Amino acid sequence: MKDDEVVDVKLKIFEPPRFFEGFLRGRDFKEAPDITARICGICPVAYQMSAVHAMENALGIKMDPQLRELRRLLYCGEWIESHTLHIYMLHAPDFLGYQDAIQMAKDHREVVERGLKLKKAGNDIVSFIGGREIHPINVRVGGFYKLFSKQEFEPLKETLKWARDAALETVRWAAQLPFPDFEQDYEFVSLSHPDEYPFNEGRIVSNRGLDIDNSEYEEHFQEIHVEHSNALHSVIKDRGPYFVGPMARYNLNFDKLSKLAQEAALETGLGKECLNPFKSIITRSVEVLYACDEAIRVIESYEKPEQPFINAEPKASKGFSCTEAPRGSLYHHYELDEEGKILEAKIVPPTSQNQKTIENDLRMFVPEHIELSQEKLTWQCEQAIRNYDPCISCATHFLKLDIERT
Amino acid sequence: MNEPDKNILVIGVGNLYRCDDAVGIHIARNLSTRKTGNFQVIEQSGEGTSLMESWKNNDCVFIIDAVSSGASPGTIHRLDATNPIPSKFFSCSTHNFGVAEAIELGRTLNQLPKHLHLYGIEGKVFEPGEILSPELSSAVTEVTDELFNYMNSTS
Repeated sequence: MKDDEVVDVKLKIFEPPRFFEGFLRGRDFKEAPDITARICGICPVAYQMSAVHAMENALGIKMDPQLRELRRLLYCGEWIESHTLHIYMLHAPDFLGYQDAIQMAKDHREVVERGLKLKKAGNDIVSFIGGREIHPINVRVGGFYKLFSKQEFEPLKETLKWARDAALETVRWAAQLPFPDFEQDYEFVSLSHPDEYPFNEGRIVSNRGLDIDNSEYEEHFQEIHVEHSNALHSVIKDRGPYFVGPMARYNLNFDKLSKLAQEAALETGLGKECLNPFKSIITRSVEVLYACDEAIRVIESYEKPEQPFINAEPKASKGFSCTEAPRGSLYHHYELDEEGKILEAKIVPPTSQNQKTIENDLRMFVPEHIELSQEKLTWQCEQAIRNYDPCISCATHFLKLDIERT
Repeated sequence: MNEPDKNILVIGVGNLYRCDDAVGIHIARNLSTRKTGNFQVIEQSGEGTSLMESWKNNDCVFIIDAVSSGASPGTIHRLDATNPIPSKFFSCSTHNFGVAEAIELGRTLNQLPKHLHLYGIEGKVFEPGEILSPELSSAVTEVTDELFNYMNSTS
């Protein structure tokens, strides 16, 4: 700060260096889904999905439609889990003036219990299809190790019917939280698919005309190392920061949401476009509702495929994939030798894509609220950062607010 | 061998690819290979709400996790969760809803097991990697033996 003016805002995230990319080199292509799934305890499915799709892209495998549907179902589970955890346990206490979910539970027991039960419905999908709850093991390049009969899905379907009602309540509840007036002009980026709300497939598009194949990602996006943080900042070349995650997907794909999710969103007055990042808690809730609805649709139309996987023959090749992790686009790129050994790996997680945008939000937000006490300002900055659900589980101390007054 | 007694549960918490963070997983695996008593051993990432779910049907639960409280590496913190968990064991991360948070939320919602013991082992290196710091090796042996002996004395 200079006098009373904010000169610069820097978000210092000490994300570990690219250990996993190095760790993957020399490994067999089949190992990538399970190794990368260990990067994040909250979204292992996303890492598995980007890894298997990149490998299948490299090896020219066309996915069986039913196996593809099962992958959508698995992704629904992870969205429900991750979004619900964020909405109820991390973000809602900010809006309601509680230090954390523990304090909130004292006054809003039923709300917290609903959140826990809804999150569990997501866990149930992941642990059923994935084979276990933590780091699912049933996913492989070409499909799955084990498949299920239609009947085996029945208990899950009943759970999801309850979850869909709870998700609808969540949308209504989230929409009546108090929101600061803070609309910004962003470039939103997400996958876009002609027939479906995006999980695993689609072109990478933006509201400013970007429309590219996954293989063109590195021609348009660039990661920049910044001195104040170990994390890399991702930008669109010659343009700058951009925004990924639920709000970006919602704005770019509203018409692909299920009828129920669209109606619930419009009923709250949210509109088809949302520019206030604090309202991302509503778009996140709409996505939970969509994921419950979509999961039920997949289960109802499920027919057990004849084969659990399509065989993958290694060859010297390159593969690219972007899938939609709960927090936003997750990009994987691999190069394989003729035996299927990994020569190069590149992974761009959603957090590094949003980081520049988070800093920009703080840069706009702090001057408008600089009159607040240090404690209150820290709180509100954390809330602003949590709009993005940044994945910094490795950080031991998250936000230390230093105001340098000169 | 008898069927495991579902009422005693050991939960190893951590990430195998983050050096000392994996200490709880290593101890859980040691116990699994040596086990002769009536108890269940599972592994968890440390995400709090999943932990709360995992201990739901158990009377007696042991959680083994790495901590970073400022003590010297390898220090074993033995906590009885019938008392509130000291704030220095909280994750201090706005992203994370971890072990200590799960215990305190469980307390608020009356969802704690009757007996809940937490072994926190002070770690040194939490960066990506697969190697446990040598300072932790005696703690691994001590906690494994202690739990092994306890299980055998109760079975």
